[in-house]
Amino acid sequence: MSGNMPADPRRTVERLVGPAGPELGCDECFELQDTYVELELAGAPVADQMPLMSAHLAGCSACRDDHDSLLAFVRTQPAEPA
Amino acid sequence: MTEPPGAGAAAGVAGRPGTVPQEWVSRLSCTGAERDVAVAELHDLLLRAARFEIRRRRVAFPQLGGADLDDLAAQSADDALMSILRRLGDFRGESKFTTWACKFAIVEAGAKLRKHAWRGREIPLTSAVWPTLADEAPSPHQHAEAHDLLQALREEVGRLTALQRQVFVAIALNDVPIDVLAERMSTTRGAIYKTLHDARRKLRAALAARGLGAAGEWR
Repeated sequence: MSGNMPADPRRTVERLVGPAGPELGCDECFELQDTYVELELAGAPVADQMPLMSAHLAGCSACRDDHDSLLAFVRTQPAEPA
Repeated sequence: MTEPPGAGAAAGVAGRPGTVPQEWVSRLSCTGAERDVAVAELHDLLLRAARFEIRRRRVAFPQLGGADLDDLAAQSADDALMSILRRLGDFRGESKFTTWACKFAIVEAGAKLRKHAWRGREIPLTSAVWPTLADEAPSPHQHAEAHDLLQALREEVGRLTALQRQVFVAIALNDVPIDVLAERMSTTRGAIYKTLHDARRKLRAALAARGLGAAGEWR
């Protein structure tokens, strides 16, 4: 872990103790990943529209990795015809 | 067919040109040659998604060879396809079908990669990394602040339940992937994250009670 921890000690602790407030669980996060990603691609304010999802992505590195990859993959694909 | 939220401006994932979400469901739900074609198209898409995920993550797992990675991608696509066909009725059209489907492949590939990379490795449940965190602080002031914060955190981690402490130390301190830990503990990723969430809530409350950080900062 030490190799990728931010040097600022407060940020280190913030990361260790995770986001304050309510958040989704991993299972709910999986169910909503596709909707969340498409809203992001549409430029929607997802942090406002789906705050519990955003909080979970801030606190769960595995779900964040999954989300980042889905977002990146969809971005590489050609748009479907309207 | 109602356009799903956000679909208008979102870049989609190409399946058969012009295929709208419920067309995918219809084609995958029918029988005969039409279904076989749809399954093959979907598998091809899932394989591309799985390979994409493995290419993104492989730098973190240099010990894995190309044949291992190809095999993991193929297994991920196969397993994702099975999950999708089993859960076809769960698709509500709130996103494009292809986006919904690709998340299965990406999650499968990521989990398989992490589990493969951790196969045979011991899960670190000790807190041996604590001293190095403070040592990384760039200035004497920050070093002292880091020392106080981390010392408090370390003490509070010692007050967690045994399970909460193991989960916190493994995931938050030692970067053990949550699905790897879940497998070793014979439970689910969701259950492990719930334990981590409870542990973190206790720790935030304890730090706030000690007056570390602004009022309510870590509540």
